[in-house]
Amino acid sequence: LALHYDNWGDRSVVFGFLPIGLLFQALISIGAAHIEEWADE
Amino acid sequence: MIAALLQAAPKSPVPLYVVGVYLLLLLGFSILNSRRARGSAGEYFVASRSIGPFLLLMSVFGTTMTAFALVGSTGKAYDSGIGVYGLMASASGIIHSLVFFLVGIRLWAIGKRFNYVTQIQFFRGRFQSDLLGYLLFPVLVGLVIPYLLIGIVGAGAVVKGIAGVPTWLTGLVVCGVVLSYILTGGVRAAALANAVQTIVFMLVGILAFTLISGSLGGLEQATQNVVDNTPQLLAREGEIGHLQFLSYCFVPLSVGMFPHLFQHWLTARSAKTFRTTVIAHPIFIMIVWVPCVLIGVWAAGAGVEAPGGNSNAVLAKMVGMQLKNPWVSGLLMAGILAAIMSSLDSQFVCLGTIFTHDIVVHVTGDRFDEAQRVTLGRVFIVAIVAVTYVLSLFPPPNVFDLAVWCFSGFASLFPLVVAAVYWRRATAAGAIASVLVAGGTWAALFYDGLLGPTLAGEKIGEDYLIGGMMPVTVMIAASTAALVVVSLLTRPPSGATVDRFFDEGSTNEG
Repeated sequence: LALHYDNWGDRSVVFGFLPIGLLFQALISIGAAHIEEWADE
Repeated sequence: MIAALLQAAPKSPVPLYVVGVYLLLLLGFSILNSRRARGSAGEYFVASRSIGPFLLLMSVFGTTMTAFALVGSTGKAYDSGIGVYGLMASASGIIHSLVFFLVGIRLWAIGKRFNYVTQIQFFRGRFQSDLLGYLLFPVLVGLVIPYLLIGIVGAGAVVKGIAGVPTWLTGLVVCGVVLSYILTGGVRAAALANAVQTIVFMLVGILAFTLISGSLGGLEQATQNVVDNTPQLLAREGEIGHLQFLSYCFVPLSVGMFPHLFQHWLTARSAKTFRTTVIAHPIFIMIVWVPCVLIGVWAAGAGVEAPGGNSNAVLAKMVGMQLKNPWVSGLLMAGILAAIMSSLDSQFVCLGTIFTHDIVVHVTGDRFDEAQRVTLGRVFIVAIVAVTYVLSLFPPPNVFDLAVWCFSGFASLFPLVVAAVYWRRATAAGAIASVLVAGGTWAALFYDGLLGPTLAGEKIGEDYLIGGMMPVTVMIAASTAALVVVSLLTRPPSGATVDRFFDEGSTNEG
């Protein structure tokens, strides 16, 4: 995902309102989505 | 205070009624909930390390999203187009969570084990160096104060743009409200208030997006205006350079060294508490940033002129122009103030905590008992709020340009925290060299890129780049080189120190 570099000059719009570069980056965001014992003598 | 706001406003008072009710509800909620808490120093400064997953997510996200996230993102998109989202938002979704996972959880564990309250206590312990603590203190405080100014000045600009209230009065009200609840409940009050405010500003952002797109003739028409009038804003070509885009990824590393975020990490009940924050953070960023970026490019496409050439005033102007309903304007104003105050509260508490623990308690030893430490913390918080408020009355001309320099300064210290938790061979001399080189590099580039031109009366236009890259690249490279070279040339830390901070429990495993 760090694909994020990504469409550089593509100005096309999808779904009638969403620039394709922004759509791709939003998809990147969606794609992105013993220590206890040690911390506890 | 709110009555004074109403009298000073030349426009419809309705938005101010809405904001007034919101601020009173916020105050009541925060004070009521924080009074249930126990009054110990551990409670006041780290919420007794008992914050659960939802509150940690909300407080970390609310603290990270500043005035810049709403006001600055819209202004930046107005100037540079949709590439701003990839530059600042989707990169942060990956890198912030990376830092929370690899650095935040470790620092939480170390903080809990050794009962640390501040970053400087950790660095002093890890490197066995008093000098490092005294060196980091002015650096961290010096980087947080401009960050605070961005919030207060940003709040003033938004309220003035929508309701016509003078900026000095907005700053006074914002500081007064934040002070009221953090004096009562410390970091827990900040976390509770952040939860409320984060929900408010996320919902309000979506509301603004829906209403503004409707007022422009719908989503398709709003974007068609951009296609017809400013098509260059629909792509990165010609707006953002390749090296600039790639090197901007270093800026979000700043979250690893934010002292106010460190304090929120320490409030977590357990390591598992971090899971929700790590997973949901990229989605929350998307929910806030996509609407703001679209509003910015839509404003440019609709031919909206930035007031006084200041693109950061575009959001307030869009709200004022497109939404004639004063009740809606009031809601939007409350949402923007929520985003701003959810960062200010944590920063104020953290500076009070640093002054109390890293200077007074460190110098005087056990002279002050728990109750006196809490009192000291409150006194310092009041003093910091007063100083910041006075500074906000004389704002620098490029206050929002300070944001990226602030973040770059914190990011230049990121190699230090990584070495502290992952590199046994890192020495106190290496750490001190790293801080000095980071500070020196930052100061030189800051003078060359922002301060010098501002003093000479030049208008700051394009981003300041070095070889096409963000200046943070040079800062991180220099501080890393200093840390590694000096550490390798000096005596390794003692076996006792290494054993204390590095054993198998503190590692990642699958």
